[in-house]
Amino acid sequence: MDVITEITIFVLAAFVGFEVISKVPTTLHTPLMSQTNAIHGIVMLGGLIVAGYADDTLEKTIGLIAIAFGAINIVGGFMVTDRMLGMFVRKPKAAAKDPEAPKP
Amino acid sequence: MSTLAVLEPGGDVATALYIVAFAMFILGLRQGTHPRTAKQGNLLAAVGMAVAVVATLLLDGIGNWGIIVGGLAVGTAIGVLASIRVQMTEMPQMVALYNGVGGGAVALIAWSEFRHGAALPGDFPLDELIPVLFAAVVGSVSFWGSNIAFAKLQDLISTKPLAVPGQQVINALLLVGIVAACVILVANDGELADYEGLFIGVLIAAGILGNLAVLPIGGADMPVVISLLNAFTGLSAAAAGFALDNVALIVAGTLVGSSGTLLTMEMATAMNRSVSNVLFAGFGGAPAGGAVGTGEERPHTSIGAQDAAIKLAYADSVVIVPGYGLAVAQAQHAVKEMADELEKKGVTVNYAIHPVAGRMPGHMNVLLAEADVDYEKLREMEDINPEMPRTDVAVVIGANDVTNPAAKNDPDSPIAGMPIIEVHEAQQVIVIKRSLSPGFAGIDNDLFYEPNTSMLFADAKAAAAEIAGEIQNL
Repeated sequence: MDVITEITIFVLAAFVGFEVISKVPTTLHTPLMSQTNAIHGIVMLGGLIVAGYADDTLEKTIGLIAIAFGAINIVGGFMVTDRMLGMFVRKPKAAAKDPEAPKP
Repeated sequence: MSTLAVLEPGGDVATALYIVAFAMFILGLRQGTHPRTAKQGNLLAAVGMAVAVVATLLLDGIGNWGIIVGGLAVGTAIGVLASIRVQMTEMPQMVALYNGVGGGAVALIAWSEFRHGAALPGDFPLDELIPVLFAAVVGSVSFWGSNIAFAKLQDLISTKPLAVPGQQVINALLLVGIVAACVILVANDGELADYEGLFIGVLIAAGILGNLAVLPIGGADMPVVISLLNAFTGLSAAAAGFALDNVALIVAGTLVGSSGTLLTMEMATAMNRSVSNVLFAGFGGAPAGGAVGTGEERPHTSIGAQDAAIKLAYADSVVIVPGYGLAVAQAQHAVKEMADELEKKGVTVNYAIHPVAGRMPGHMNVLLAEADVDYEKLREMEDINPEMPRTDVAVVIGANDVTNPAAKNDPDSPIAGMPIIEVHEAQQVIVIKRSLSPGFAGIDNDLFYEPNTSMLFADAKAAAAEIAGEIQNL
């Protein structure tokens, strides 16, 4: 891929990022930040590539740590976001429909 | 030529899967902006991430499977355990920590890619060397900056703004040094194998810069800082994508970079702070005027739970103003009980949520939702402030700076101009707090000494439970 193509993708993605996030209610700022935080865990792919092609011990070690860091970022990030958003799902109205629902 | 051009074949399936993943990321973010679809959106983005990981593992010539599986297993285990164990009150620092490891991964990848490229014969192509250097610097800043943010929020180090003498100058010198070192590296792109030490020096200098940049920032501004570092990590991931010729990193990293920047600005606006103000002016660094805690005793009224219960039970309308103290004391359930008792007595109870109540925008909503507080009772600041003069009793629970009238009345106050919940306009105010000590901004709160303010010195949870009991007995 030549660098011009990469820059084109970069610029377009930047605009998509701006557009997709406009007008967020304050309530969702933290969960959304947490979700974008999880998405930059994509760097783990870089770790996979680096480790997958590493030849010497130092590079293998670096790759191993990078993958572990990236995996923490991804798994932890999405799970924590899910826990936060889970708090919004259990609305009183939904609970009223289902009186059998166990009390938390 | 790519230093890892060997990746290019095998790309077709991977590229197709990457495109699927991008669609999921974008849709997931879009859904994340609406309360009803947010949870589904997060799940969609997570599935997209799984798709992107699988696609990468399909690339030709990927080896060292032991390392890959080991790294994945260790990271996943830590991530799962940490996010299950973390308390809702500790969410902000958890986000800081996850952000930090992401930045750390970028810096490490940049280092490895530098070694890889330097070992190859011929010049290191500039369209890869420059992104490598950018990723190294920004990733390292983000890693160390996030760690400091975590330590501050976890109370491992002081949340107060720490002023280092000549700090701006040191930061500027560090930045100049880093840029100069990068220029030297670029100028010697033919024999970079001899310059690995300098590259590591750049990583270390960027780390110090990250530390020094975040240390002087007060706890109240931490959400903005974390959000900004989040955007930085996204950008550095995109830079790593340029270096590795990996389109998934470019797209996802850029998405986070731009959406994170926008989120940061929205958060800063909610606090009436500009981003540069947050970064370069430590909150209340040089206190001017007399609104600052001088240690002297000022007269205040203090009451017990029983009196508070009487005031509340005979009111028509009560507004509860929750703050971080409520979160720390895990008092959300006790407060909800107290509100239930009041409603049984026919009192109208609402909650006034400051945009940055808790330690992050939306944090307080999460905590109260956890306690089953009716969503409609959570009123936003702009919405509830006009009703304050008609409110009989405002109960401030563990909140401080966000109720400080100095923000409106005292132009010399360090928090001047910050939007506040105008509890001082209410007929009576009850402040439940452990002591008169100042909040994150490190300044005294005039509200505590107003004639219509009563202080109830207690732990938020115990006090709320006690008041609920007293109301029941009335």
